[in-house]
Amino acid sequence: MTTVARKKNQAARRHLPLGARIRRDITKNWKLYCMFLPILAYFLIFKYGPMAGLVISFQDFKAARGVMGSKWVGVKHFINFFNDPFLPRLLRNTLTIALSTLVFSFPSAIVLALLINELRSRKMSRTVQTISYIPHFISTVVVCGIIRDLVSRTGGVTMLLSAIFGMPVTNMLYEPNYFVPIYIISDIWSNIGWNSIVYLSALTAIDQELYEAAKVDGANKWHQITHITIPCLVPTIVIMFILKVGKMFDVGYEKIMLLYTPLTYETADVINTYVYRRGFAENVNFSYSTAVGFFNSAVCFLLVFFTNKITSRLGGNSLW
Amino acid sequence: MTDLSKQKKRLKASIQIPLGERIFYLADDALMIFLCVLILVPLIHVVAGSFSDGMSYMTHSGLLLWPLSPTLDAYRSVIHNQNIWTGYGNTLFIVIVGTVLDMLCSLVAAYVLSRKNYMLKKFFNLMVVFSMYFSGGMIPFFLVVKGVGLYKSIWSLIIPSLINVFNLVIVRTAMTGVPDSLEESAQLDGAGHFTILFRIITPLILPSVAVVALYYAVAHWNSWFNAMLFIKDRKYYPLQLVLREILILSDTDEDFTMSETIQFATIVVATIPILCVYPFIQRYFVKGIMVGAVKG
Repeated sequence: MTTVARKKNQAARRHLPLGARIRRDITKNWKLYCMFLPILAYFLIFKYGPMAGLVISFQDFKAARGVMGSKWVGVKHFINFFNDPFLPRLLRNTLTIALSTLVFSFPSAIVLALLINELRSRKMSRTVQTISYIPHFISTVVVCGIIRDLVSRTGGVTMLLSAIFGMPVTNMLYEPNYFVPIYIISDIWSNIGWNSIVYLSALTAIDQELYEAAKVDGANKWHQITHITIPCLVPTIVIMFILKVGKMFDVGYEKIMLLYTPLTYETADVINTYVYRRGFAENVNFSYSTAVGFFNSAVCFLLVFFTNKITSRLGGNSLW
Repeated sequence: MTDLSKQKKRLKASIQIPLGERIFYLADDALMIFLCVLILVPLIHVVAGSFSDGMSYMTHSGLLLWPLSPTLDAYRSVIHNQNIWTGYGNTLFIVIVGTVLDMLCSLVAAYVLSRKNYMLKKFFNLMVVFSMYFSGGMIPFFLVVKGVGLYKSIWSLIIPSLINVFNLVIVRTAMTGVPDSLEESAQLDGAGHFTILFRIITPLILPSVAVVALYYAVAHWNSWFNAMLFIKDRKYYPLQLVLREILILSDTDEDFTMSETIQFATIVVATIPILCVYPFIQRYFVKGIMVGAVKG
């Protein structure tokens, strides 16, 4: 009886006019809303404020005049960007670095997780994990400092490469051809262990009975890996992949800024580093720089959106 | 006696592994040892270099596995470098105050976002998640920070980066896992939102809280880019910005020239603390990253 009454009551409430519903919501939840107020303010100011600030990409922004007083120029800066002589270079470098990360760094963590998973000695597996996580805790600035030393004229890596492959002894950071390999290899060094954690924890969740059953059916190690381990990892891989693709155009510009020199701009300058230089360092133009950044953010957003669409259609693994 | 040997034989037979698999295991072991060596060699080189004599290092080329004419000279000059210690102080302030404030805000935000039965729930969640995928970019962010008067203040390294949405989502996911009944019974006893959040929910999701705090702390420790944009007074330079001068600019800019052994000693001094904490927190983040792997 009471439940029927309550249900009726609920149904009636749902049909209340909007105004009444809002009033009821506020009287019931005002404490909750008050609690969220500072958070809301934070998001509006520091996350949505900059988004609103994107309007300066349609202006000739002058700091003295502010956003309201600056002159509107329509899509001038975007047109300039599409005609920028550096645009092909920026796109090429951004794509090269992003795709190389996707092709080399991304799978390396999965392979490491599989290899750690197959180690027989527990002690060994724990040691490998502990050691491989260490570089993640070394700051980017320090990692770049170490790289600078290792690939300098007398550095360990330069010496090693010239001894093994007979490569000419130079400061490798001043050679455009070496920039991407240096970036990718050091990226793997820093992150392979850390990125493998997610896959390792997915691996421990696999039902051991699957392996027992496979063994009874005569499956060898290789069959077990390709038919059980990897399929069980796929959902995790897909989610990590979407996240990675979304961040793809956001290539680690902090690291690039610490490693590149004008000598290697040819292969190292990406959209984000260009945004920084045009915003703060050379030929400064806030509006232009913002337009370039806007283009980058928009591409990022579309990338996540579409990869998510595609993967959810393919297998039902999606972020939202 | 015969019984025992028989048993041993049977045991051996049962753990007979086919040749192919044995090769696989051996190769796996070898590969992993090789990987560990690759990861450790650059670090050993740095430590060995830091204990080496400056002049001997200059004339040497290649990797070091052991110091050249060992000396503590490099460390002596690092200890006398006042910039490093003010940098340390500033970074400690940013890491401690920043992480505490980050956690407070993230907990409150995650609490509200994970409640049920209020009208703006969907809107708030969408607003938060959208900001993870789209951002205004570098210049507008800079202008906003400047506009609210944080430019040149050490707080510019704390307040604008209070909430990392990815971390917030981890906490929110953990909170959704807490059974409603606990909260309801607390409400009946007259507990307010803050009591429920800090006395009931937070203790239940402590592993996730620890991991997220670790993420925030590491991010504050490592960050240098915002400091480069916002901090102009050397008095407020965080450690990473000082390191950047010593390690990166010293190669290209004559004002900052510094011997390599000193650079190495600086690296060691600036990295040891975080590596010392690391073994103690390792088990936490392995546990917590599983929470993070659950979809946002």
